[in-house]
Amino acid sequence: MDAIILQILNGLDKGSAYALIALGLTLIFGTLGVVNFAHGALFMIGAFCAVTLQRLFNLSYETIDPTKTDFLGNPAKVKTPYVESWFGPETGAAIIDWSVPLAILFAIPIMLLIGYVMERGLIKHFYKRPHADQILVTFGLAIVLQEIIKYFYGANPIQTPAPEALSGIVEVLPGIFYPAWRVVYFCFSLVVIGGVFAFLQFTTFGMVVRAGMADRETVGLLGIDIDKRFTLMFGLAASVAGLAGVMYGPINAPNYHMGMDFLVLSFVVVVVGGMGSLPGAVLAGFLLGVLESLASLEAVISAIPGINQIIIYLVAIVILLTRPRGLMGRKGVME
Amino acid sequence: MSNNLTRRGVLKSGAVAGAGVALPTIFTASSASAFTNEPTGSNVVLGFNVPQTGPYADEGADELRAYELAVEHLNGGGDGGMMGTFSSKALDGTGILGKKVDYVTGDTQTKSDAARASAKSMIEKDGAIMITGGSSSGVAVAVQGLCQEAGVIFMAGLTHSNDTTGKDKKANGFRHFFNGYMSAAALAPVLKNLYGTDRKAYHLTADYTWGWTQQESIAAATEAMGWETVNNVLTPLAATDFSSYIAPVKDSGADVLVLNHYGGNMVNSLTNAVQFGLRNAQANGKNFEIVVPLFSRLMARGAGENIKGIVGSTNWHWSLQDEGSKAFVKSFGTKYGFPPSQAAHTCYVQTLLYADAVQRAGSFNPCAVVEALEGFEFDGMGNGPTLYRAEDHQCFKDVLVVKGKENPTSEFDLLEVVEVTPASQVTYAPDHPMFAGGALGTCNPGA
Repeated sequence: MDAIILQILNGLDKGSAYALIALGLTLIFGTLGVVNFAHGALFMIGAFCAVTLQRLFNLSYETIDPTKTDFLGNPAKVKTPYVESWFGPETGAAIIDWSVPLAILFAIPIMLLIGYVMERGLIKHFYKRPHADQILVTFGLAIVLQEIIKYFYGANPIQTPAPEALSGIVEVLPGIFYPAWRVVYFCFSLVVIGGVFAFLQFTTFGMVVRAGMADRETVGLLGIDIDKRFTLMFGLAASVAGLAGVMYGPINAPNYHMGMDFLVLSFVVVVVGGMGSLPGAVLAGFLLGVLESLASLEAVISAIPGINQIIIYLVAIVILLTRPRGLMGRKGVME
Repeated sequence: MSNNLTRRGVLKSGAVAGAGVALPTIFTASSASAFTNEPTGSNVVLGFNVPQTGPYADEGADELRAYELAVEHLNGGGDGGMMGTFSSKALDGTGILGKKVDYVTGDTQTKSDAARASAKSMIEKDGAIMITGGSSSGVAVAVQGLCQEAGVIFMAGLTHSNDTTGKDKKANGFRHFFNGYMSAAALAPVLKNLYGTDRKAYHLTADYTWGWTQQESIAAATEAMGWETVNNVLTPLAATDFSSYIAPVKDSGADVLVLNHYGGNMVNSLTNAVQFGLRNAQANGKNFEIVVPLFSRLMARGAGENIKGIVGSTNWHWSLQDEGSKAFVKSFGTKYGFPPSQAAHTCYVQTLLYADAVQRAGSFNPCAVVEALEGFEFDGMGNGPTLYRAEDHQCFKDVLVVKGKENPTSEFDLLEVVEVTPASQVTYAPDHPMFAGGALGTCNPGA
C-alpha cells in the first residue's frame, strides 16, 4: 500500500510539471490558435533563469592564498562571492542558498519579455498559416533556443539545489516519507494554476480574454483590441512555463534538452484534456502523471514489461477513440 | 536496318560507365595504393570523431582538446607532454614517419548512424588514415565495424561496454579505456571492505549495450563475494526523471543501490536517489549505500553535492602523481586552464599509441600497425605498466576506484582515489563468457 501511495505522490509531482506546461500550451492555442512547439523550450529557459541567477549570486572576486596550490602547483586563487562581501558571510550564503525561489522574481519579467518578443517578432506572422507551418516554425525556434543555451551553458546538467531548509524528506502521511522539494513543487503548481484561473475568472482583463477565446470576432466588433490582450496572454503562458522550469531545477539538474523531454508528453496531455480546455489540460496533466507512476509499480512492470513507457500513449489512444474531443474539449476546436 | 548508335548516346554511356568505375573508391582506394588512404604527400590526416553536439558534447569538447594537444606534441610543439614519459622512444616530434600530422573532425552526435556517416566522410573525402574518438559504446561498436570494412585503424575513445572488445571486437579496432568487467573486478574488493559481504543490491540499469554488460559484470562480481541481487530494473535511455524507479527501492529489502547509468542518466538518477533520502537511510540494520560503477569528473560536476561519498571506478584521474599523469596535466592545464578529464586522457594516449605503432612498424599500413600494437607493452602513460592484448585488442592496466570527495578544495577536486587496483586483478581470459560470441578476424588494409 505504501508503494502505491508513494507512486501516487510521485505522479502528482510529475503531473504538476505536465499540467503547468500544458496549461500554457492551451492558453496559447485557445487565444491565438497557434500550436506552439517552442513551449518546452520556454520551460527550459525558465530553468536556466534559476541557473543564471545562481551564477550571478556566485560572481566572485579572487584573492591569492599562498598557503594553498592549484592543480598545476601555482598559488591557489580563492573565490569570494560579492554578495558575501556586501551583505556579510551569513546573509550572502543565505541569498545564494535561496537562489531558486528568488529566481521566480527574476524569471517573471524575463519570460514575459521573451514571450512578447516571440509572439510579436515571429509567431504573429503565422496566425493565418496552416497548423503544419506553425509547428515547423515553432519547432525550429525550439531548436535554436536550446542551441543558444547549450552554447552559453554547455551540454552537461547544472545543479540548482533547493534551499537547505527545503531539502531532505518529510513525512507527508504517517510512515510515508517524500522529498520536501517535490511537495513544494506540487503546492507551487497548485498556486500558479489557481492564480491563472482566478486571473481569467475574476478580472475584467480575464473576462475579455475568455470572451475572445469564445468568439474573437464579436469581441473585436465591440471595439476591444483583442490581439493586444492575446499577446499578453502569450507572455503569461511563457511565464507559467518559465516558472514551472525555475522550480523544476532542484528536481532534475537543468540541461539544454530538458524542454524537448517534456514537449511531446505535454502535447499528449493537451490532446487528452481537450484542445483549448484549460481545466482539461490541468486534469489530464495530473491524471497522466499519476497513471505513469502507477504503471511503474514493480507488480505492474513485471506483469506487463515496458508498460510504464507507453501508458500515457495508450491512454491517449483510448481517450481519442472514445471521446475524440478529449476529456473536456469543446465542440468545433481542431475539428 | 538502322544503326541506333549516336554520338550523344555513346557519350552518355561512356560517362555512366566511367562514373560507375570511379565510384566505389572509398573501400578499394586507388589501384596504386597498398592500403586505404596511403599518405603520399608530406602530411598525414587523422580523423577525430567526437560528440560535438548532443548530450556528451562537453566530453567531446574535452576529447578534441586532447587530440589537438596530441597533434601539437607529435609535430614537435609545446612541451611534448607524455611523449617525454612514454616508455617507447620511437616518436621524435617530427610528425609520424616524418610526415606532418593534420587532422579533421567529425560530429558523432552520440548517434550510431551519424557517427558512421561522419567517419565515412572523413575516410572518403578527407583521406583520414585512422579514426578515433567517441563517448558511447553504441557509437564505438558502429564506427569500429565501419573502419574494419574501410581498411583503416580505429582507436576507440570513451567506451566501457564489454562488447567493444568482446562480441563486437574487430582486428582493426583497439581500446585503451577499461570496461565493465574491469570496473566490477576493481570495485568488488573495495565494496567488500567498505560495506561487508552481507548486502542486498538493487540495480537500476540503462537499457542498452553498455548498461546490460555493466550490470551483468557488477552483479557477478558482487554475488561472488556474497551479495544478493534483489532486483534489476531496466530504465529507458531517454528517461530524465527516475523518481518512479527510485521510490520503491527503500522498501524493496535492498540496502545498496547500484546505478548502472552514465552521463545525464547518472546525474539525474543519483540526484533523485539523494532526494528520496537514500544516502542517509537505514535498511536491514545497516547504512543504505549507493554505488555508481562508472564515474567521470565531468559527470561528478553535474551531480554536484550528491556525489559526495559515492564509490565508483574511473579509467584515470588528473590527481595521479606518476610522471606521465603529471606531464599530461601540466601540458593540458597550461594550454586550457583546467585539468583534463578521463575522456581527454584516453584520447590523447590513443593518438600517441597509434603514432608510435606506425613509427615502430615503419609503415602506415593498418596490418603493420595492428602487428605493432598487438602484445605491445608500455609504461609512462598514466596507468602504470600496460599491455595491449593481442587476442582482443583490449588494454590491461591498473583501474582506479574513486569516491566523491567530502571536502573538495576546488571545482575540479571532486573525486578522490581510494584504491589503485592492479592490472592482474582485473585481467580475464580472452574466452571469458562475458566477452564471448565474436571473432577478431583478420586485419583489413582496405586496398
